[in-house]
Amino acid sequence: MRAPSSTAKGPERLTRWLVTLPPTLFLVVFFLVPALIMAAASFREPGEFGGLAPLAGHPPTLEAYRFVADPIYFRILAKSFAVAGLTTLLCLLLAYPLALLIARSPKGRRNVLVLLVILPFASNLLIRVYAWIIILGPLNLLYSPEAVIAGMVYVHLPFMILPLYTNLEKHDPALLEAAQDLGADAWTRFRRVTLPLSLPGILSGSALVFIPVLGMFAIPELLGGTGDILIGNLIKEQFLDNRDWPLGATLSILLTVAVLGVAAVSAAFTRKAAP
Amino acid sequence: MALLEIRKVTKRFGQLEAVKDVSIAVEAGEFFTLLGPSGCGKTTILRMIAGFDAPDEGKLFLDGKPLAGIPPEKRPIHTVFQSYALFPHLTVAGNIAFPLEMAGKSRDEIRRRVGETLELVHLADKGGAYPHELSGGQKQRVALGRGLVNRPRLLLLDEPLGALDAKLRERMQVELIALQREVGITFVFVTHAQQEALALSHRIAVMRDGRVEQMDVPEALYSSPRNRFVADFIGNINLIDVEVRHSGHQGLQLAAAGLGEISAPPLPEAMEGARGTLALRPEHIRLTHPSEKPELKNHFVGTIREYLYLGDVTVYKVALDNDVVLEALATNGAPGRARFHEIGDRVNVAWRHDAGAFLNR
Repeated sequence: MRAPSSTAKGPERLTRWLVTLPPTLFLVVFFLVPALIMAAASFREPGEFGGLAPLAGHPPTLEAYRFVADPIYFRILAKSFAVAGLTTLLCLLLAYPLALLIARSPKGRRNVLVLLVILPFASNLLIRVYAWIIILGPLNLLYSPEAVIAGMVYVHLPFMILPLYTNLEKHDPALLEAAQDLGADAWTRFRRVTLPLSLPGILSGSALVFIPVLGMFAIPELLGGTGDILIGNLIKEQFLDNRDWPLGATLSILLTVAVLGVAAVSAAFTRKAAP
Repeated sequence: MALLEIRKVTKRFGQLEAVKDVSIAVEAGEFFTLLGPSGCGKTTILRMIAGFDAPDEGKLFLDGKPLAGIPPEKRPIHTVFQSYALFPHLTVAGNIAFPLEMAGKSRDEIRRRVGETLELVHLADKGGAYPHELSGGQKQRVALGRGLVNRPRLLLLDEPLGALDAKLRERMQVELIALQREVGITFVFVTHAQQEALALSHRIAVMRDGRVEQMDVPEALYSSPRNRFVADFIGNINLIDVEVRHSGHQGLQLAAAGLGEISAPPLPEAMEGARGTLALRPEHIRLTHPSEKPELKNHFVGTIREYLYLGDVTVYKVALDNDVVLEALATNGAPGRARFHEIGDRVNVAWRHDAGAFLNR
């Protein structure tokens, strides 16, 4: 987009501004400004009944950051990473065969199958998670780390299937025929052709699962035990239960930085995977 | 024994008979071409040789051994696909190394043979490039190199020059002939372009509607087509409706309505009184000025209707006096003169008594 913009004439430039202004404005007002408020809040002191203490008499402080340095928070963050990683891996293992199956189905049937994949979104997230309480309760599996993982995988599976399907569906079937013609058996064809070509789909699906799972608090709260809280629950607790906004804001920033790190790594790999 | 034998093979797709009772034997070292319009079954035959389709009737043999039941990856037969089907995630060298890796060759051997093959297809400096960075002709060469590198018994080529522009196509044809001669691998080539088939092949099978119409060396197909379809499909040709008056060792005497007698080469199958077609190549017809006395046996008078100036040659359309329109080809060999006749000119139209071929109905 850079090349044309330097040669763009007046009216064209105006059009481009008019088109990009609303979304930019939206992001500034509802994302950038809140993020900055959050960053500012992390340097304040908590108010007596929640909120923030007035600046007068309570100068900016690094108190919340000192608090967060406690290993317990890092342990919870590490556990959140582990849960997100495991969820992503399980989603990938479940989604790949399914996405491949849909991509190799007759054209007319593919849309129906994709519709079935996104059908769960028709009902509310909480209702779907409550369904797991009904399933896992009698099995005595409720309020355990396994229950949390099961719920996470269930809720996020479509986010893995869809990008994988979109990628696999574009593969040229002639490539598989060529590989077979040149001596590759079925497993080798998958390993040497399908899998490497689907790497961009794997990476974007993984990012779409990993990042939301990292901050998810509803599922651990409903399906997990007291020891199963994740960074998302911790943040929610600071704002709603402990009324320590500065600590909640600090933890939020910690999570945001971690997510940005994951996104950066993922983007770097995606660039590598698609030369 | 033939390297590849296709014996009485029939292939159906639902109701459609794509290949009907085809028998072909390809000798080792041959450049064999399946030529025909699209939908004639030539690609289906290629897919059966490669192993992607199985015949409903008949058998295929390689070196005398039946191919039935052997999957494509186990056949010593490689294919150059119409779309090239290069692996986009592998470099040129990676693509060419692929069949060697599948065959479990050692690293050293792979490196050496990839290098040799890159030389062979004139891509020595492109080993590290990805397919999307290559031009059409370069992609074509990678596909050829990849098909040849592991020395298959048979290389199948499915319209490999179809996606190239005319100039590049001609150059690749020359390269293909040289390459086949150099590596000595048997080629089975599929095309709908008759000129390409004539230029490249040792032998050609002309196909229509799933059947082989005629199978022969290019010169024989061109000069002695067996029927109207082959005559019309290969090169340009004039078809004149005639009746046999006399059939003998010396030649045929034919009668064309409104023209009179025509002498043609002998054909034992031509029965007296039979109706048929005289097929006559445009380059065999000589146009001369009416004042020149024609010394050829077959001569008529006509009028130039139109012409197509092609640079090296000019194609004239001449209407004979019975309204039969013939195409005649004249080379523009005389320096300083581009054309010999103008529209509306009266001309003598003549050809030798041994030119043309009689085709039975």
